[in-house]
Amino acid sequence: MQLTNRSKKIDKSEMSLAERMYLPAIASGMAITLKHFFKKKPTINYPEQKRYLGPIFRGHHILKKDEAGRERCTACGLCAVACPAEAISMVAAERQSGEEHLYREEKYAAVYEINMLRCIFCGLCEEACPKQAIYLRHDEFVPVFMSRDEVIYGKNKLVENMDKRYLREGWK
Amino acid sequence: MDIFWIKAIIVLVIFGLSLVVAMYSTWAERKVAGYMQDRPGPNRAGWGGLLQPLADAGKMFFKEDFIPAQANKWLFIAGPCLAMLTALLSSAVVPFGDTIIVGSDEVQVQGIEVNIGILWVFGIVSLGVYGVMVGGWASNNKFSLLGAIRAASQNISYELAMGLSLIAVIMMTGSLSVRDIINTQHGGSWNLLYQPLGFIIFLTCAFAECNRTPFDLPECEAELIGGYHTEYSSMKLGFYLFAEYINMFVSSCVVSALYFGGFNYPFMDKVAEALGNDATGHNIATAIGFGVFFMKALFFVFFFMWVRWTLPRFRYDQLMNLGWRSLIPLAILNIVVTGIGLMFEIRWFSWVAVVIIVGVALVQAAMKPKAARGILEAAPVR
Repeated sequence: MQLTNRSKKIDKSEMSLAERMYLPAIASGMAITLKHFFKKKPTINYPEQKRYLGPIFRGHHILKKDEAGRERCTACGLCAVACPAEAISMVAAERQSGEEHLYREEKYAAVYEINMLRCIFCGLCEEACPKQAIYLRHDEFVPVFMSRDEVIYGKNKLVENMDKRYLREGWK
Repeated sequence: MDIFWIKAIIVLVIFGLSLVVAMYSTWAERKVAGYMQDRPGPNRAGWGGLLQPLADAGKMFFKEDFIPAQANKWLFIAGPCLAMLTALLSSAVVPFGDTIIVGSDEVQVQGIEVNIGILWVFGIVSLGVYGVMVGGWASNNKFSLLGAIRAASQNISYELAMGLSLIAVIMMTGSLSVRDIINTQHGGSWNLLYQPLGFIIFLTCAFAECNRTPFDLPECEAELIGGYHTEYSSMKLGFYLFAEYINMFVSSCVVSALYFGGFNYPFMDKVAEALGNDATGHNIATAIGFGVFFMKALFFVFFFMWVRWTLPRFRYDQLMNLGWRSLIPLAILNIVVTGIGLMFEIRWFSWVAVVIIVGVALVQAAMKPKAARGILEAAPVR
């Protein structure tokens, strides 16, 4: 009796002449490799072809703007508190009159920086944000760094571009 | 034009051709490997990776050319040179095509036409092991030496069976000249149809002679690090690897010349007739024959790769058993059977040997049902 059916029964008897000639076995083996030769290749040629990673992939951070193009972030600091890697830092500032078209609330982040070497892409900032300002986009990676000064991403790299708005599935 | 210059051009073309084919064999090998493993293979350098051999050569040249302190310097350098030299020399007698007519001269598309062509090939191929042997010994490294010894003993063992299987072909042709052997296969009577057993033995031995999988024990990484070229780097290593590919191409040429009718193809007489009897028509017919021969050779190059990516490596004792206890007796049997056939002028007689062997195998398989062959059952628990 066996607990599983995984163990293979091995035939250790002497090989017959047909088996000792190897040729039938070689022929069947070569048929298999030839079949694979003509098979469609599953490879995705990465930089040219990209695979859809799903609607909940956590990639490049983005600071969203609202429909009128005003920044949603109020520099409350909840994302920085939630961040387990302590990658986020910000400097808050008060909105001046005449800047209403730039910032939605009276307080905004004058500086908002994410250290991409620290970030672990856990998405807790996204969950913590009460203003739905920060998101990790599902369609873009953080690119490779070539030097240390590229590592800290400021608002110039994070704030949403109104011409190419980021929309997730299910959003308007 | 002087006949000397025509010949010189032909020789240069054959030389260049075998180099280019060897170069692109490295690319094709990786491509074939990729395709057989469900991946696309090299495709970054140039279109479809076609510049990959150049990139590899560039890489090889920029590597440090290292000679171990305790190595025998001159022999260390001589090793790859010998390997390359012998690999290129053996293509000299291969007839790549019929003749070309330039003015009043008729020139054979071949390096040299010697009446002992096949002996030349064998002599050079036997010399080929010196490149490996000298390089492996001069490295002053145990693993290199072991690889070299393996290569030497393997080549010597398989040369015997190879030579014996060829004797049957030579018996049927009555000539050692490769061109004569090809010419007797004119009109669809390829030697493959008369010498099936000899062909299989010859092909197996060709794999062993080229140190290709499943007989690539001299460079068995798992046991010998890199085999005879462990200590080699830079272009010296490149020469060894390159020589292997040239050998592969040349032996593909020899196999297609000896067993697959060389530059003969079905209905070639009709094609030649249609092209006319003048010089241009004859030259075009020769070019077609050359193309056919080249295709056959390239098919065998592909076959070499196909086998490489299918079969695992033999163990050393299995290799020796196969060589000495199976292939050599079979080759001798083939000679005897062919001889009997020739005595009664039945050219296909060696099929009898094949039919008998296959018959015995079938009968044996039928007499021994699968259940009775002692499949190990798990012991019953009491």
